[in-house]
Amino acid sequence: MTSLSSNTLSRWSTDELLCWSLRGIATIAGAIVMLIVVFLIVEALPVLHHVGLLRFFTDPSWHPAEGLYNLTPMLWGTLFAMTGSVLIATPLGVLSAVFCHYYAPPVLARPYRRLIELLAGIPSVVYGFWGLVVLVPLIAEVQPPGPSLLAGILILMIMILPTIALMADASLATVPQQYIRGAAALGLPRWAIIRGVVFPAARSGLLTGVILETGRAIGETMAILMVCGNVVQTPSSVFDPIRTLTANIALEMAYALGDHRAALFVSGLVLMTIIVALAVSAEWISRGRMYG
Amino acid sequence: MAETLSRPQDHREWFAFVLVWGAAALVTAVFCWLLGDIIWHGLSHVSWTFLTTSPENAGRRGGIGPILVSTSLILGVCLAVSLPIGIGTAVLLAEFTSDQSLFGRMTRRSLDVLAGVPSIVFGLFGNAFFCKALGLGFSILSGGLTLACMVLPILIRSTEEGFRAVPASYRLSAAALGLSRSTTLVHLLLPAAVPGLLVGLVLGIGRAIAETAALIFTSGYVDRMPQSLLDSGRALSIHIFDLSMNVAGGDANAYASALVLVVLLLAINGAASWLATYGLHRKIMTV
Repeated sequence: MTSLSSNTLSRWSTDELLCWSLRGIATIAGAIVMLIVVFLIVEALPVLHHVGLLRFFTDPSWHPAEGLYNLTPMLWGTLFAMTGSVLIATPLGVLSAVFCHYYAPPVLARPYRRLIELLAGIPSVVYGFWGLVVLVPLIAEVQPPGPSLLAGILILMIMILPTIALMADASLATVPQQYIRGAAALGLPRWAIIRGVVFPAARSGLLTGVILETGRAIGETMAILMVCGNVVQTPSSVFDPIRTLTANIALEMAYALGDHRAALFVSGLVLMTIIVALAVSAEWISRGRMYG
Repeated sequence: MAETLSRPQDHREWFAFVLVWGAAALVTAVFCWLLGDIIWHGLSHVSWTFLTTSPENAGRRGGIGPILVSTSLILGVCLAVSLPIGIGTAVLLAEFTSDQSLFGRMTRRSLDVLAGVPSIVFGLFGNAFFCKALGLGFSILSGGLTLACMVLPILIRSTEEGFRAVPASYRLSAAALGLSRSTTLVHLLLPAAVPGLLVGLVLGIGRAIAETAALIFTSGYVDRMPQSLLDSGRALSIHIFDLSMNVAGGDANAYASALVLVVLLLAINGAASWLATYGLHRKIMTV
């Protein structure tokens, strides 16, 4: 695309004005992230001052009213729910992208892709509600109490599936056609081509998809809050209720004051750090990307 | 690869075939189950009265009239703020800076991070910044402003793509005719980039009305009809959350509200993909 930014022949003063006001607007847009980080830090600072970061991991329990701020059960909750859902959603999502590209007849591929897009557009509160009235009672029949890590993993899995499926779909589309034709000309059967040629060629896109879905799984709040039972504990089985970092913020923010409120901002800060780390690694991967 | 015709390979092919079709069938089944459940239970409760009356008895009976009003007010505030900032930034990124410039790279990177920030963190930020620091309190204004920060990356991304889809010859011809770049922008590029802008707008609206976590601590829970933008107002998604979690016996109305929300979102998504397919590829236009 031709950029006219170095057009030194421009004689119009309105252009100067426009350019500078646009720069001002873009600065606002770009500064929002900084503003978020600054406000999280400012709000978290009091508790970091008189409690210290270490005690968020070494305190005996999470009882903010008594000055005990152990975040580790919630961190484990987030980690387990995230890992479980990513482990299930990744193969399913990649397979459904493979279905779209290499297995489905065109009549099915288009509506199937639309369906995934629709799935991506359904709000998290609706997923949570469905999980609460449909999934949780089903799980309770197998093993009470019902609201559990398992329910959280399943709901998260359905929610992040469209993310990985759409990303995988896009990255499979960038694999050059001649690779596939070449492999087919060598007489390789379909799955062998996909496994041996398509997946390696689309690797970086698939990896970016996994990172994106991980970010989504970590950040999800409402659905997890509705189906996980929200007991502060490190789960010992998938049927135990858990509370995630995000759910903890949503549950306690309403009445938290003083150090308690600040402690919730600390968990927000932890979330933000994870997300920034994921974004950086996603960019690092896509820089090494081979095709577009 | 000499044994392509051997038995194990055939087995593997067959297994992969079953796996791929199975995955697709599973995803379709879950989708139908979810949507079917909500339509089945929700449809009998949705009526004109439900859409226009106030909730009674904490939402167990009555309708969602004031909630729809609050939702649209929040959305209005969100768009009124995010559209000018979003379009301005997109114009700058697509037309006035090169991809390599430091400013462009920094802005783009910070928007990428912003796109990944969890909604609950937006809620924390909105509560600390708009509600407390700016003193707006729990209000529709705070909620809308928080959502505006949230939809900006989507809006900017697709508007920028809209601008990039405009052929370079337009800009070159305009420059050759001696038009100023502002004139080129307003009369030539902006109309040509409208489809991309619309896609971004529709996607942004979708994200905004689906949002719950960012609104709980910014726009609040109050289910009265809002009197002004500084009143607290309950969004539709929060209504569903509240009915299903905090109100025993609210499931019927929660189903109906969920159906309304899903139908709204499906319509919005349909519009977005229609625009993306037919709008973006249609070459323009009369100035």
